[in-house]
Amino acid sequence: MLSSKASCNSHGQDSSYFLGWQLYENNPFHEVENPTGIIQMGLAENQLSFDLVESWLRKNPDVMELKKGGESVFRELALFQDYHGLPTFKNELVEYMAKIRGNKVKFDPNNLVLAAGATSANENLIFCLADPGEAILLPTPYYPGFDRDLTWRTGVEIVPVHCWSSNGFRITMFALEEAYERAQKLNLKVKGVLITNPSNPLGTTMTKEELDHLITFAMAKNIHVISDEDFSGTVFDSPGFISILEAAMDRNLENTDVWSRIHIVYSLSKDLGLPGFRVGMIYSNNKTVVGASTKMSSFGLVSSQTQYLLTNVLASKRFTSKYMKENQKRLKKRKEMLVSGLKKSGIECLKSNAGLFCWVDMRHLLSSNTLEAETKLWNQMVCDVGLNISPGSSFHCSEPGWFRVCFANMSRGTLQVAMRRIKDFVERSKSMGRIKMNYQQNMSSLGRKLLSNWVRKLSSPDPNEHER
Amino acid sequence: MGLLSRKATCNTHGQDSSYFLGWQEYEKNPYNEVNNPNGIIQMGLAENQLCLDLLEPWLMKNPDALGLKRDGISIFKELALFQDYNGFPAFKRALVDFMGEIRGNKVSFDPNHVVLTAGATSANETLMFCLADQGDAFLLPTPYYPGFDRDLRWRTGVEIVPIHCTSSNGFKVTLPAIEQAYRQAQKRKLRVKGFLVTNPSNPLGTTMARDELDLLINFIEDKQIHLISDEIYSGTVFTSPSFVSVMEVLKDRNLDQTQVWERVHIVYSLSKDLGLPGFRVGAIYSNDPVVVSAATKMSSFGLVSSQTQYLLSAMLLDKKFTKEYMSENHKRLQKQQKDLVSGLEKAGIRCLNSNAGLFCWVDMRHLLKSNTFEAEMELWQKIVYHVKINISPGSSCHCIEPGWFRVCFANMSESTLKLAIQRLKSFVSSIGMKSQSHQELKSLRRKARNNWVFRLSLQSFYDREQDTTTKVSFSYRPHFMSLSNIAATLDAAA
Repeated sequence: MLSSKASCNSHGQDSSYFLGWQLYENNPFHEVENPTGIIQMGLAENQLSFDLVESWLRKNPDVMELKKGGESVFRELALFQDYHGLPTFKNELVEYMAKIRGNKVKFDPNNLVLAAGATSANENLIFCLADPGEAILLPTPYYPGFDRDLTWRTGVEIVPVHCWSSNGFRITMFALEEAYERAQKLNLKVKGVLITNPSNPLGTTMTKEELDHLITFAMAKNIHVISDEDFSGTVFDSPGFISILEAAMDRNLENTDVWSRIHIVYSLSKDLGLPGFRVGMIYSNNKTVVGASTKMSSFGLVSSQTQYLLTNVLASKRFTSKYMKENQKRLKKRKEMLVSGLKKSGIECLKSNAGLFCWVDMRHLLSSNTLEAETKLWNQMVCDVGLNISPGSSFHCSEPGWFRVCFANMSRGTLQVAMRRIKDFVERSKSMGRIKMNYQQNMSSLGRKLLSNWVRKLSSPDPNEHER
Repeated sequence: MGLLSRKATCNTHGQDSSYFLGWQEYEKNPYNEVNNPNGIIQMGLAENQLCLDLLEPWLMKNPDALGLKRDGISIFKELALFQDYNGFPAFKRALVDFMGEIRGNKVSFDPNHVVLTAGATSANETLMFCLADQGDAFLLPTPYYPGFDRDLRWRTGVEIVPIHCTSSNGFKVTLPAIEQAYRQAQKRKLRVKGFLVTNPSNPLGTTMARDELDLLINFIEDKQIHLISDEIYSGTVFTSPSFVSVMEVLKDRNLDQTQVWERVHIVYSLSKDLGLPGFRVGAIYSNDPVVVSAATKMSSFGLVSSQTQYLLSAMLLDKKFTKEYMSENHKRLQKQQKDLVSGLEKAGIRCLNSNAGLFCWVDMRHLLKSNTFEAEMELWQKIVYHVKINISPGSSCHCIEPGWFRVCFANMSESTLKLAIQRLKSFVSSIGMKSQSHQELKSLRRKARNNWVFRLSLQSFYDREQDTTTKVSFSYRPHFMSLSNIAATLDAAA
């Protein structure tokens, strides 16, 4: 009766990533009204710097009132549905994007395509680059939403590129080649590799070396590279952010084939903290891609009212400089609070310099080095401890025991409560003798056996993998 | 191997169609009362610009709506973070109330059955993804909105099979036409998943009769397929007969608790009646919870900006305002339509009798050199390049009778409309075609055709180029394209 898309699970929303949210929705923490509720640490939102935006808006009331120089521009905006986007908005966006990259890259507004959020941008791009049944390589761990965004309606497959804690989850040439071969064995034509840089969920920026591997790989295999740089504005610590375009420019690749196979996705949802306004974009040096994705953006245009508002916000260069600096400061401080808080409970985080979350190592809290144990621990965290954190398996991480814990979507007070709860939980578990304090015991021979079983499971093309 | 996808490199986006080419020509040389009085008048854009002056004072009196405040207190943060694909509850409530009002409150809608999308464009595509697989088909009565070729087919892989309607009965949908289309689909080995109708119709500007709706409902009951009713123009019905929604017919037939109830879906948007296409507000309404659920998740790919949801929830909640607005809107649409119809009549051109929409379906068959689409294209070219009016040829709407054109009236001032009518009048008299009976026309046409061919071969290409680039004011005189240019342009448009 309905389509197979409507009746299947590829929307991925049966995954624990989303189930945790639902549990939170049923019992949300509130400092006053529900102090024993679940604290939402599974939502990668930036709520730390709204006051800066609000104060700017108060000083510039014309912008929300859709006025320009005191005259109403309501009419023009109400009628403006050109999929090329508001030209002034695109001009401001490319300047802002360049600023984030320390002006080491320059962007042409004619190569920018607006979309209703990065969700829309990513799907749009995949529709342009791959046919149903073809594949995109994605390094793990990766954002669970990709299972829906990249594959659901496009019919394209994701083939994971396995990354390991042994080297900080960095992408290696070996892992890329391995994934490519696996795809070929499955008779899947690989059209590209999609990376998230800075990484969600790792919170790390890619090294020059990693970017070089990707570019070399893309050149060798004649495929695309999509760099989802959604979190590029959230880099709060060294090393600095290197965009894929910068890496390509450093290698003087601007007039070569691969230049037109590198595409960037960005949005204002993460650094500016405006996910509700649905402002995403695709940047590509490939004219055909720009042409096709512009037409496709008809299916998800940005409200002209919103384009107008943000044109003006971004036009204020003093404001954006001030915002970026202050926002980064606050993110860094909050992250440090989370990291040190967890450390007090004997929990380590992957060293990170960006993002709105930490990649937390809870392997030593597992009863066994298995997915089941991770799920059990996750259940405990959500239901007993009252923290919705996201289990690594929902990010397709190949090693059980890692969790993504968000820190930028709550007040200091709430984060303190969360840290206290974890401390209590760890102490309770210690006294019940349930956890091994020395997490290196995880790498016993049994552990290694279980791990390799795990890896084998992950590499088989299980169509129900999404349901995990 | 193809570096890009097939979708990126094919033509299914449909933008090589004359519908869009006309727009492009207009963009190059747009009419402006002051700055470019000889430019092309845009009559190919179905927008409602007649009542924006009613919205502006409301915005001034209700600053909280634009200012993102609730009782004077900023809720900016709340909205900036609001990305729930279930939509802003207050907005959905206001929307269903508004939709109910439009239908004379004969139907009431449940906000939980609404899925918000970035415009009707997004809504229609999403419904296709939910109801059909690649290679399945939907039946659409012709003539239909050219954008459907892209919206329903491009990324979904779904096929459109036309249900041919003709002027012999005012382009109404008939059972034989439906059955013909269904058989055609079967011949092409396409699994028919349902119908999509636009009611009120674009491009006809007419509301569907009850018996048409009954026909469709009977058919979908029998074949167990879906019916999508794109009711985007429901708020533009300006005269009788009044609008009858498919939901109303289902209720009247006591089908509201049956299976067929769950196979009827409505698409709506605020782009046409409220004249707000830039704000991207569309909606799917369905009684099937599985469809609502799947479409809701899919709406992630085209959510409505929370800033906009808030603005419009405030506006639609002001019931006094919306009532006044709709009443005035209908009045102005009716007047503008009457002006167009009577103006065209004076030029010997008739329109299909219409009661809704932002356009008229205009009969220019008697102006064709021959009863062919080539002749229609030729006429269209003349009207765009020489009469300097962008109208939409019926072939771009998949009409099977050459000679019909969709002419929009709601996107311009009274004076611009007058000018357009004047230009058309001059054009018609200059080619010596006056309103006569079809028989008289035939013999006259034969005579005129010989003259026509002779005159066509005269004008050079460069004169036309000059006209469009120099924008110098000159008195109107007829222009003719050389035969070779017509051929070249037809090739390009194919």
